[in-house]
Amino acid sequence: MSRTVDDLVESNAEYEAGFVTDIESETLPPGLDESVVRFISEKKGEPEWLTEWRLQAYRQWCEMSSPEWAHVHFPPVDFQAISYYSAPKSNADGPQSLEEVDPELLRTYEKLGIPLHEQEALAGVVKPSANVAVDAVFDSVSIATTFKDKLAEAGVVFCPISEAVHSHPELVQKYIGSVVPQRDNFYAALNSAVFSDGSFVYVPPGVRCPMELSTYFRINERNTGQFERTLIIADEGAQVSYLEGCTAPMRDENQLHAAVVELVALGDADIKYSTVQNWYPGDENGKGGIYNFVTKRGLCAGDRAKISWTQVETGSAITWKYPSVVLRGNDSVGEFYSVALTGNLQQADTGTKMIHMGKNSRSTIISKGISTGRSQNSYRGLVRMSPTADGARNFTQCDSLLIGGSCGAHTFPYIENSNPRAIVEHEATTSKVSEEQLFACQQRGIDPEKAVSMIVNGFCKEVFKELPMEFAVEAGKLLEVSLEGAVG
Amino acid sequence: MSLLSVSNLRAEVAGKAILNGLNLEVQPGEVHAIMGPNGSGKSTLANVLAGRPGYEVIDGDIRLDGSDIGELEPHERAHAGVFLAFQYPVEIPGVSNMEFLKASADSLAHARGEDQPNAAAFIKQVRELAASLDLNPEFLKRGVNEGFSGGEKKRNEILQLLLLNPRLAVLDETDSGLDIDALQVVAEGVNTYRGEENGVVLITHYQRLLDYIVPDYVHVLSEGRIVQSGDKNLALKLEEKGYAWVT
Repeated sequence: MSRTVDDLVESNAEYEAGFVTDIESETLPPGLDESVVRFISEKKGEPEWLTEWRLQAYRQWCEMSSPEWAHVHFPPVDFQAISYYSAPKSNADGPQSLEEVDPELLRTYEKLGIPLHEQEALAGVVKPSANVAVDAVFDSVSIATTFKDKLAEAGVVFCPISEAVHSHPELVQKYIGSVVPQRDNFYAALNSAVFSDGSFVYVPPGVRCPMELSTYFRINERNTGQFERTLIIADEGAQVSYLEGCTAPMRDENQLHAAVVELVALGDADIKYSTVQNWYPGDENGKGGIYNFVTKRGLCAGDRAKISWTQVETGSAITWKYPSVVLRGNDSVGEFYSVALTGNLQQADTGTKMIHMGKNSRSTIISKGISTGRSQNSYRGLVRMSPTADGARNFTQCDSLLIGGSCGAHTFPYIENSNPRAIVEHEATTSKVSEEQLFACQQRGIDPEKAVSMIVNGFCKEVFKELPMEFAVEAGKLLEVSLEGAVG
Repeated sequence: MSLLSVSNLRAEVAGKAILNGLNLEVQPGEVHAIMGPNGSGKSTLANVLAGRPGYEVIDGDIRLDGSDIGELEPHERAHAGVFLAFQYPVEIPGVSNMEFLKASADSLAHARGEDQPNAAAFIKQVRELAASLDLNPEFLKRGVNEGFSGGEKKRNEILQLLLLNPRLAVLDETDSGLDIDALQVVAEGVNTYRGEENGVVLITHYQRLLDYIVPDYVHVLSEGRIVQSGDKNLALKLEEKGYAWVT
């Protein structure tokens, strides 16, 4: 007669981005050694220093082992079974314009709703992201960057990092690895050795970037890993808002995604970085899905710099990521707003680190974890107040929402305060979507799916309001799609 | 045809028999008060009518306008016209009242094959209703029942009743925990709702509410059965003599 919350959680929805694109690609055979690293570097015509930098990272990686401390469980990854380079073949020589891009590929992006065609925007086609510049990374190669001219007018550089290596070598050389060193951790070292592409952004002093910048990542090839590297630099007083979206086709095998994102905010600069991540999470039995092992860190290098991370995560079989901020500048500000939703057998261990060094630096952490199915959702966060961080403040709020009776929510807060004049506050709650709430909605005619989605959206409201307008709607929809999985 | 027809209703909660062959007929335009001591099955009746999970119907029929609704899910019963004003309205943090009301009105309109109400007109209507119930318009922006006082929660239920204008209203001890001013506002709301086309099942422990909402019939529930029925004077007699007099 009536369905309980548990019944509703039983079934599983379809992964909407789970199509495979049939295009010819040039893929390196699986395996990793120095020759692979050299091959990638050569393929991109990189300067000597970068080849050496990669090799140095590779050698360090060989000495390291994968971290064991996260609250996730998976069989050991065979790093020799992964291919470290895959590029759509028709673009082997690099597309010079959109016309040269494989039409099949463009259709892929259309299916994902990414407006690659500048013309559309210029023709006034009403799309939510009509005023967004997009860089699209397909497997390992950056496919197209839109709105380049308009950005160039403002002096903003937005291009694939492989291109920036040639066009802005001094910036790349100065900042790459400056926030996330090669040996920072196992996956960061791996990325440093084999990173294929990613986005590069430089906003000159005093410039407010005239539009949202956006990258879409998609893993297509079987058995490939994706190791993109993103570097964003906001010079003195510059402002930029950046969004990344991620999808992958449905595959029975697990695929590895080990990205590194580095943000550098100089004095008075402001970087807002938003992520909407729905990598394929695997099926209801936990088969397949992306291993999302990502290192994201921002450095508030100057006084009054501000870095804000907002993430909405619904995908990946396993998530291991802690977008962090190093608050070196005085009066600098770090923010972390996160919604992480897990279903089926997904495992997420995610959170942030706020490292306070500057005087009167401030940070805010709002984390919303939603667990459904048999998933495990952990928040792990570190707040460190260094001896120099006089008057620094942190506020942390961690809320967990459980849907059904077979999932788990965990909170691992670490607080290291070595400054008596710094203040750290931590609040945490755990709640359930109760039978009462569900019944109350149904009694007013709202069907159970819509009801759960509404309740969860309400729970996430504080985070959604931090997303750029265009993407707040998208995030809400994504959550709804993912919850269709949770409530059948 | 009866608006609501309940015959020989038997229901269990957690394996325990609570309703033991209950019969009730409500005609359009009628208000039926259900009274009885604690544990007599009043709230169970309300929840069984609305199809709340955990309330198991063992035997008997529930018909609304002649069709059997006993197998329908809670939201389908709402679509058919059953409205339950909750004894303990639940909080839904982060979901604004206005959003909730709109989702509810849209769902009901959709189920009836009607267009969704126009947003501007809808908001205006809700604001007017809130004012008539002495609810601060600010409350519409707040989460559903989030941080509301007991009285505000109950007035919010009445606002929903007036807004959604259901076929059958089941009020589960709506008067409990209300001071006399709030009680009057709530009663006024129910009297506004009351009409030739709809029916009210008014569950209450105390006669006091019936001074303001005058029922057509009063039934006394004991051990899951209606043991006595009468007009409003029965309630007064109960007030005077206590439930021991009938049970």
